[in-house]
Amino acid sequence: MLILSRKKDESIMIGEQIEISVVDIKGDQIKLGIKAPRDIKVYRQEVFVEIQKENQAAAKTGTELPEIELLSQSGERKNVPTEISAENKNEEI
Amino acid sequence: MKVNTKPYGLIDVDNRQKIHFPYGLLGFENLKNFVLLDALQQPFYWLQSMEVQEVAFVLIDPTIFRPDYNPDVSPTDLEAIQLTPESKDDMLILTIVTIPEEHREMTANLQGPLIINKDLHIGRQCITENENWKTRHKIIEELSQVRNSAC
Repeated sequence: MLILSRKKDESIMIGEQIEISVVDIKGDQIKLGIKAPRDIKVYRQEVFVEIQKENQAAAKTGTELPEIELLSQSGERKNVPTEISAENKNEEI
Repeated sequence: MKVNTKPYGLIDVDNRQKIHFPYGLLGFENLKNFVLLDALQQPFYWLQSMEVQEVAFVLIDPTIFRPDYNPDVSPTDLEAIQLTPESKDDMLILTIVTIPEEHREMTANLQGPLIINKDLHIGRQCITENENWKTRHKIIEELSQVRNSAC
C-alpha cells in the first residue's frame, strides 16, 4: 500500500481524473473531498462491504420459499397471471 | 430459450425476462446476465444468473411491506441504466431477500435495491443515499405494521 502524508488543503491525484483532498482535520476525524468523473462510484467502504456480504448471504437462500399473505392495496404484482392477482385482491384484512 | 435455474432446474424462459446488469451485483461483479422469474410462492421473484446455475436471488417488491419506500439513488446511478428520477414508468424497483432456516426471520436489503429499466432490460444494484434504509429489514414484522396501520 502506498502511504503519503498530506496536510489540510493538500490533495493527491489518482490517475488524471480523481483528486482526493484533505478538507479538514479535527482530532481523529478527517474530512476528505473527492473529485471524480461521474461514472466513478464513491462509497464509504463499510457500506460497500455490508451490501456485498448481504448479497452473499442472500445467494445461500434455499429454494423453499414461504408464502406471504398480502394486503389488497399493496400486494399487486407487476407481471403475475391475472387469476392469482385477482385472488389476492380479495384478501381484505 | 432454455435456462438452468437453481429453483426449477432447466426451464424455458422468454427472451423478455432477460435482464443485463452491466456492473453485476456487489460481490458478484462477474455475473452480468440474469433472468427474472415469478416464483411459485407469492410475492417473490427469482433473479437467476444465466451464467452460473447455483447463483439465484429471491427478490421482493419492497413497497409490499414498506409502502413509503423510496430508494433515493443518485441520478448518476440511474443514468448508467438510461433512467432519470422522473422516468418512474420505466423503472422497476426490487430488493434482494435473505431467507434463513427460520423463514419468519427473512429480511430484505433496502439499502442496495435493484433498479431495472423495464424498457431496455438493464439493471443495476444501487446504494441508497437515504440512511433509513438498511440491509436487513424484517419483512414479516414490517408487513404486520403496515396491516395494523391499515386497520
